[in-house]
Amino acid sequence: MKLWKSWVIATKDFSIFRKKKRILYTLIFLPFLLSIGLPIVILPVAGTAKTAEITSLLNAFSYFYIILAYILPTTLASYSILGEKIEQSLEPLLATPTTDSELLFGKVITSFLPCISVLYTSSIIFMVLSDAITYNAFGYLFFPNWSMAIILLLAVPLSSILSIQLNVIISSRVSDVRTANQLGTLLFIPFIGLYLLLETNVISLNVINLLAIFAILFIADAILFYLNKVIFSRDKILTKWK
Amino acid sequence: MIDAENLTRKFSEFTAVDDLTLHVNEGEVFGFLGPNGAGKTTTMRMLSCLISKTSGEARIAGYDVSDEADSLKIRKIIGLLPENVGLYDDLTAYKNLDFYGKLYECTETQRKENIKHFLKMLGIWDKKDVMVGTFSKGMKQKLAIARALIHDPQILFLDEPTANLDPESSKTVRDFILQLKNEKKATIFLNTHNLDEAQRICDKIGIFNTKLRATGTPEELEESVWGNKTVVQLEQVNDRIMEALNKLSLKNMVIDNNKLTIDVTDPEKENPIIVDAIVSVGGQVQYVTRLSPTLEDAYLKFVRGD
Repeated sequence: MKLWKSWVIATKDFSIFRKKKRILYTLIFLPFLLSIGLPIVILPVAGTAKTAEITSLLNAFSYFYIILAYILPTTLASYSILGEKIEQSLEPLLATPTTDSELLFGKVITSFLPCISVLYTSSIIFMVLSDAITYNAFGYLFFPNWSMAIILLLAVPLSSILSIQLNVIISSRVSDVRTANQLGTLLFIPFIGLYLLLETNVISLNVINLLAIFAILFIADAILFYLNKVIFSRDKILTKWK
Repeated sequence: MIDAENLTRKFSEFTAVDDLTLHVNEGEVFGFLGPNGAGKTTTMRMLSCLISKTSGEARIAGYDVSDEADSLKIRKIIGLLPENVGLYDDLTAYKNLDFYGKLYECTETQRKENIKHFLKMLGIWDKKDVMVGTFSKGMKQKLAIARALIHDPQILFLDEPTANLDPESSKTVRDFILQLKNEKKATIFLNTHNLDEAQRICDKIGIFNTKLRATGTPEELEESVWGNKTVVQLEQVNDRIMEALNKLSLKNMVIDNNKLTIDVTDPEKENPIIVDAIVSVGGQVQYVTRLSPTLEDAYLKFVRGD
């Protein structure tokens, strides 16, 4: 596998995305809004609430990054594959001496890198603001901590890859970006369910539970990787994709 | 250069390409002529390793299209112009070509030289920094041809290269293909349903409609329709003339409006005998001509069985 070919495909997509302002705004707006907005939510209660309550809030907010990691690549992934379908550029692309894996990996990089960059940048803003607001209440810097490290280094990348892989599957079945986006977004309902369990303290976001989330994401990614290998073959793309 | 033997592709119960056997020599322009839905694109996709075959064999420059390792080698030496150009509207003409040049593993120098060379040849060099989304259909088609050539392929697969183009753009594309044939000695596999185009460009033609119905040079195909026919226009046909002609035991003689149409095997020998017979009984011959079947006649005969 020639990774540089995947990179060539990804950089071509980046050039196209730069011209699509709507995609750029979608990518940047939500993470930065939440990264600034969530610490501000804590601001009024930072001096009065118990530290356990603030901890619970911060942990639940941290979990948002797993959800964001799922939501953000939806637009990019569906556009990067459906864009090729709509412009009918898949056939000449598949005619080049590029393997299916190189092409698929290129599409994964296209969606993964911008999202992960935005998420890491916005998470730094979130952690710095949260620390500034809660330092007096805790007497120490709450972030960074092990939970956030697991979220950012393990769960966020896996959640992004899960989203990208689901979108590849969806893109093979639909023919417009909006439908792909809507279907992709629908599939994040299990993440919301988990968030509600966290908010209602049914489960807590400790290291063990985070590792369990990581394991589930890892298994789901592995299954989807296998499915995508079957779906993303040039023969199927040209004869079976709608 | 291109060899297919009993090549077949089925989609569930539907057979798109049935038992295709053909051979295209190096440097030859092969016209694959057939109606819409005949299976021409499916054939081209199988030969360019885009889709798999159901049965049979195909080799491109000796490489097996169904072998994974060979398929990469094949894709390196072929250039493809698909039916839908599939260019990136949000990239400039130059960036479109440069992107494909990289995927075809061309060096930076080769990319620069070829982009300039082909865009100049096709008359769109001045548009190199313009977004492709603003291009006309003809310009996009020219750019897609340049893309197929960016890596100096040995074999070119062109799927309906002049379909939906205005006459001027069609002529530019046709002239360019002829130039490639003459100067680069490229092997070209041309899918088309344009008979005129096939006749002007192709060395050999295959008439195809799910199955390969006939193959040969344009002249061979034309002659295969009905061989030679001689037309004799007389001032007036009368019984004496008919009597004289009947003695010659002519084949398939048809009389219509004082015009005789006769099947002949050797026109150079038989025509003077026919004219002599008519003149000897006082008949007046206004003109004698050869009735030539066209490629259209051949096409209709093989495709529809007319």
